[in-house]
Amino acid sequence: MALTTIESSATDAVRGRVARSIEGRRVDVKGRLFEAALVLCLLVSLAILALLLADVIGDGWSVYPRRGQNFLQNGLSQNPVKAGIAQGLIGSFWIAVTVVVVALPLGVGAAIYLEEYAPRNRLTSFIEVNVRNLAGVPSVVYGLLGLAVFVEVFNGFTSADGVGRRTLLAAGLTLAVLVLPIMIITTAEAIRAVPQALREGAYGVGATRWEVIRTQVLPYALPGILTGALLSIARAVGEAAPLILVGALTGLAGRSPGLSVGSLLDPSSLTERFTAMPNVITTWAKLPKAEFNTTDTAAAIIGMLVFVLLVNSIAIVLRNRFEKKRSS
Amino acid sequence: MAATAIPPRSPIDLSGDARRHRRERAIGILFFGAAAMSVVVSAAIVASLFGKGWEFISNADWGDVVTSDTWNPRQNSFGIRPLVISSLLVTGIAMLVAVPLGLGAAVYLSEFARPRVRSVLKPVLEVLAGVPSVVLGFFALGWIAPNVVGRLFGEEHGRGGSMLAAGIGVGILTIPLVASVSEDAMRAVPRALREASAGLGARRMTTTVKVVLPAAVSGLVAAFILAVSRAIGETMVVFIAAGAATVGNLSTNPLDSGLTMTAGMASLATGTESVKGASLAYPSLFMVGIVLFFLTLGLNIVGNRFVRRVRQAY
Repeated sequence: MALTTIESSATDAVRGRVARSIEGRRVDVKGRLFEAALVLCLLVSLAILALLLADVIGDGWSVYPRRGQNFLQNGLSQNPVKAGIAQGLIGSFWIAVTVVVVALPLGVGAAIYLEEYAPRNRLTSFIEVNVRNLAGVPSVVYGLLGLAVFVEVFNGFTSADGVGRRTLLAAGLTLAVLVLPIMIITTAEAIRAVPQALREGAYGVGATRWEVIRTQVLPYALPGILTGALLSIARAVGEAAPLILVGALTGLAGRSPGLSVGSLLDPSSLTERFTAMPNVITTWAKLPKAEFNTTDTAAAIIGMLVFVLLVNSIAIVLRNRFEKKRSS
Repeated sequence: MAATAIPPRSPIDLSGDARRHRRERAIGILFFGAAAMSVVVSAAIVASLFGKGWEFISNADWGDVVTSDTWNPRQNSFGIRPLVISSLLVTGIAMLVAVPLGLGAAVYLSEFARPRVRSVLKPVLEVLAGVPSVVLGFFALGWIAPNVVGRLFGEEHGRGGSMLAAGIGVGILTIPLVASVSEDAMRAVPRALREASAGLGARRMTTTVKVVLPAAVSGLVAAFILAVSRAIGETMVVFIAAGAATVGNLSTNPLDSGLTMTAGMASLATGTESVKGASLAYPSLFMVGIVLFFLTLGLNIVGNRFVRRVRQAY
């Protein structure tokens, strides 16, 4: 009753006052402060990222215009003005190759088994829990695995004569094992998102299970699988701790026999002693010489970050696209 | 049986091409083999930890290992306490950084941000997750130590690394993990709960604090536990920025240098060839690995159980 009287006779001012008293205080001060505090948390996190990038670029960029090619092509050296990252690049390149060659088929195969073949039984759920736990094992522990298995047990397989057993191939295999859970989990998620109707349609026209997987499931899940592969590569290329355990050379040239500056694409590097970008960075960052631990280290970091962040960003964009396509 | 009624050379043979069958079976076995690899990897981890660690476990002077205040494996001093205490200290500092920032970011992204804003900010946060830990180690030593630790606690503490600088670095590294796990938990809370709360006249802040956060609490616990596990296992930031070389001394002062379990392993492994065979130093590497492995495994199992609880609840 009261409302109808207002409706019919009141002026705008009265109506506004009533509306205000129904809605409560106009400015929710506490709520605004709360939201501002939350935004601040997010912005601080992002500001740290910006600060980190600015710091690294500010410290190291000068190396590239001054002696970019020299820096990329020279080997490790005691002399910060001559030192380069060639061996690190070669090491990281072949590690990425090994990871793709080993972890991609194994990871995709395991994910296909878990999503398409596995019966709902104890063994399957054990494998699933096991994969999840493997994803949480600290990377140094994978280093111990690499040291015990790929360096010592597979001794003959991973090394040629006379170069010692701590080879680039052992390092690559260690990191392939490290990224395997990431590969399995992302691929399994992608396969789970494939609409059931696609499978049923294919079965309906007489396809076998493998034919369904090959012609329907894998093509649909491809962007997701690619995301997993990219995330794995980015992770492997940035990982240093397991490589220290497996025996990455951290010394500077002269004290590091067996580290040649060969061509990037020469696969014989796989059976040689190795170092990789993150290990070069670690060694330099810990040196007391200022030219090393600021300028050269930052320059090496720029080289690695450009690659890692690029690969990661592609993966993130790809996944978001895929999710959008799925939900629409 | 009805099957015997069908003549052996029936014109309608429904069993299909035998070669196709064989191929199907072979492919199934191949995929099972790939999945079984993950179990093999786990077994290999445990086997290599104990296979090499056994020499230490059976030969070490355990009284010394437990009570000694020094970790200096090259000099036959294997006190594990300094390593464990440094690890806990660095992890504690990391959580002080990562939990408020990560949780705040997650609450904003899940409850307040408009979809457009979220779709821009969230990927940027994921980029932070992709920054390799060596880079954060360099940043912690080169920027955080002088500009944060040095400014706050006196310049002499900012020169070179400290557990505080390393802890802040590890904290930054775990922000995205805390944010993504707790955001997932909050987004799993059904809309109906928020709408009911709003219908009772609650403001958004009230709804968030009194309804969404309590409903998502097991996911938030999971985020915390997984972040602790990640921080304990983090190696490179501590190795670069915590300031200790190869010897770990007992210290609970965050401004001191410290050697965590992971950094201890890394520094001992730098040049293991010279260590190998000489003493228990090489097997001690695996002993620390055993402690680290089971500590993080326990945390991860508990954390994942909490994650599952959120999924089951809604």
